[in-house]
Amino acid sequence: MAKKEKMWELRLYVAGKTTKSNTALKNLKKYCETHLKGQYKIEVIDLLVQPQLAEGDQIFAIPTLVRKVPEPIRKIIGDLSNEEKVLVGLNIRPVNEIL
Amino acid sequence: MNTLPKTLTGNTGLDEITEGGLPKGRPTLICGGPGCGKTLMSIEFLVKGAMRYNEPGVFMAFEEKADELTANVASLGFDLNKLQKQKKLKIDHVHIDRSEIEETGEFDLDGLFIRLGHAIDSIGAKRVVLDTIENLFGGLENQAILRAELRRLFHWLKEKGVTAIITGEKGDGSLTRNGLEEYVSDCVILLDHRIINQISTRRLRIIKYRGSFHGTNEYPFLIDEDGITVLPVTSLKLDKKVSSQRVSTGIPTLDEMFGGKGFYKGSSILVSGSAGTGKTSIAASFAHAICTKKEKCMFFAFEESPQQIIRNMRSIGFNFNQHIEKKLLEFHSFRPGLYGLEMHLSNIYKMVKKFKPSAVILDPITNLVSVGLISEVNSMLLRMIDHLQNEGITFMMTALNSGTTEHIDENVSSLVDSWILVRDVELHGERNRALYIMKSRGMEHSKEVREFLISSKGLNLVDVWRGSEGILIGSARKEKEKEAAVARKQTKSRNLKQIQ
Repeated sequence: MAKKEKMWELRLYVAGKTTKSNTALKNLKKYCETHLKGQYKIEVIDLLVQPQLAEGDQIFAIPTLVRKVPEPIRKIIGDLSNEEKVLVGLNIRPVNEIL
Repeated sequence: MNTLPKTLTGNTGLDEITEGGLPKGRPTLICGGPGCGKTLMSIEFLVKGAMRYNEPGVFMAFEEKADELTANVASLGFDLNKLQKQKKLKIDHVHIDRSEIEETGEFDLDGLFIRLGHAIDSIGAKRVVLDTIENLFGGLENQAILRAELRRLFHWLKEKGVTAIITGEKGDGSLTRNGLEEYVSDCVILLDHRIINQISTRRLRIIKYRGSFHGTNEYPFLIDEDGITVLPVTSLKLDKKVSSQRVSTGIPTLDEMFGGKGFYKGSSILVSGSAGTGKTSIAASFAHAICTKKEKCMFFAFEESPQQIIRNMRSIGFNFNQHIEKKLLEFHSFRPGLYGLEMHLSNIYKMVKKFKPSAVILDPITNLVSVGLISEVNSMLLRMIDHLQNEGITFMMTALNSGTTEHIDENVSSLVDSWILVRDVELHGERNRALYIMKSRGMEHSKEVREFLISSKGLNLVDVWRGSEGILIGSARKEKEKEAAVARKQTKSRNLKQIQ
């Protein structure tokens, strides 16, 4: 399987260091470590610092996770507390299923 | 008393109804069904704000993409691209697609706030439009968060001090589908689009305007190549200029009946009568008289085409072609059913504004009843009379009254200054026309019934025969007059004989 070649580019939009964004980032890192170890890149964008970036990715809710690669672009909004939903949303097959 | 600060929308009619525009620094809700003109009205608010009042604006579109929007309003002469380049306008399209979005856990709409805030700050916007923010409801599952966030958004807009328009789609039994009216409580405007007798009429009503007086009626408005026109409501005031100048009716003998001088300039005249009594001829003779004085006249015909009228009027001695060539006379013919009453009214306003005539003729008003109810026609004519009177334009309209249809002339008669009635008189096997003045405000006028003659030499009025046999008209009158002349001659010669 060409699975190894697959890179996941994820972008997390936040607005300042709020509880919600911290939770989201923590959750995201946890899922990625579990299911996409070594295959992912996470970019955190703070819209308070770079507000002009909100328009490009059509962000209106915070936090929003955008899967830039692989295409098509998917978005997940919220603090990502539901692992199953995040995996489905990102179309990641959980590690235990592969096994 | 402190009056609420307001922001002019730039739409004359709307500013008049709201007595100075929308509440400054607060959100206003514009709601209505699909295609009622919400988006157009809000974009006009931004464009006029940017062009006339130097107030830049942000348009946040939840429905249409920026380029679609630009294309849609280009036909109205709004160049959104240019305004965007000049940093007077910013359009931000918020794309929400449920299929791309997954929701999990807590979130807020800070992204939207930041985007909007950034857009506002980047051009120093004073005006904001959110069109239609309700689309968020379709895109997000967690309605509880959404509602709380919307409440926060409207507070935030107020804090920002921008004058905002929020549009909302009309829902079943509520003003907006998702109850936006709960959050926007300062000013709510409802737009409505209804079809009566297959003719559409748009109406606007201010449902509430906290802390301000406003017109409470439904006001008709139009969307045409000039954008939105909310029809002038100046007619509510009765303070028009009046003139004591007189204008000839075009028929010397009719002038005589009006105190020898004719109508007042700027007054309104109704000519009513049954079919074939010469109403159009009276109107034509009036038009001829105006044009002969080198003044301009505008003739709106709902029954005949200009060529028809010109041909027909030539038969009674009026050559209209010469007036048209000199640009003193303009004919406009259209079928009443072509558009709704309001459209007719606004059309007439526009043409009158362009041509600047000193007299306007509407022939006949009766046909308008096929487009609207009598009460609507009345209100339209009232506004038209007021408008023309304000401009000092003499206004003549004709009306058909027959036994069967409702009598529009009676309804309108209270609005007009002078009312001429033409009657058919059938007597001794012939039909003649009799004319009299029902009323003429503020002037000495004849109360006589006179016989109205139409011949190739033009129009004329003659005295009827009053005698022991009653009133005689037509050939019976001629007969009597002949008899009387003979009798006079005989008496004369008899008298002469006696003297001799």
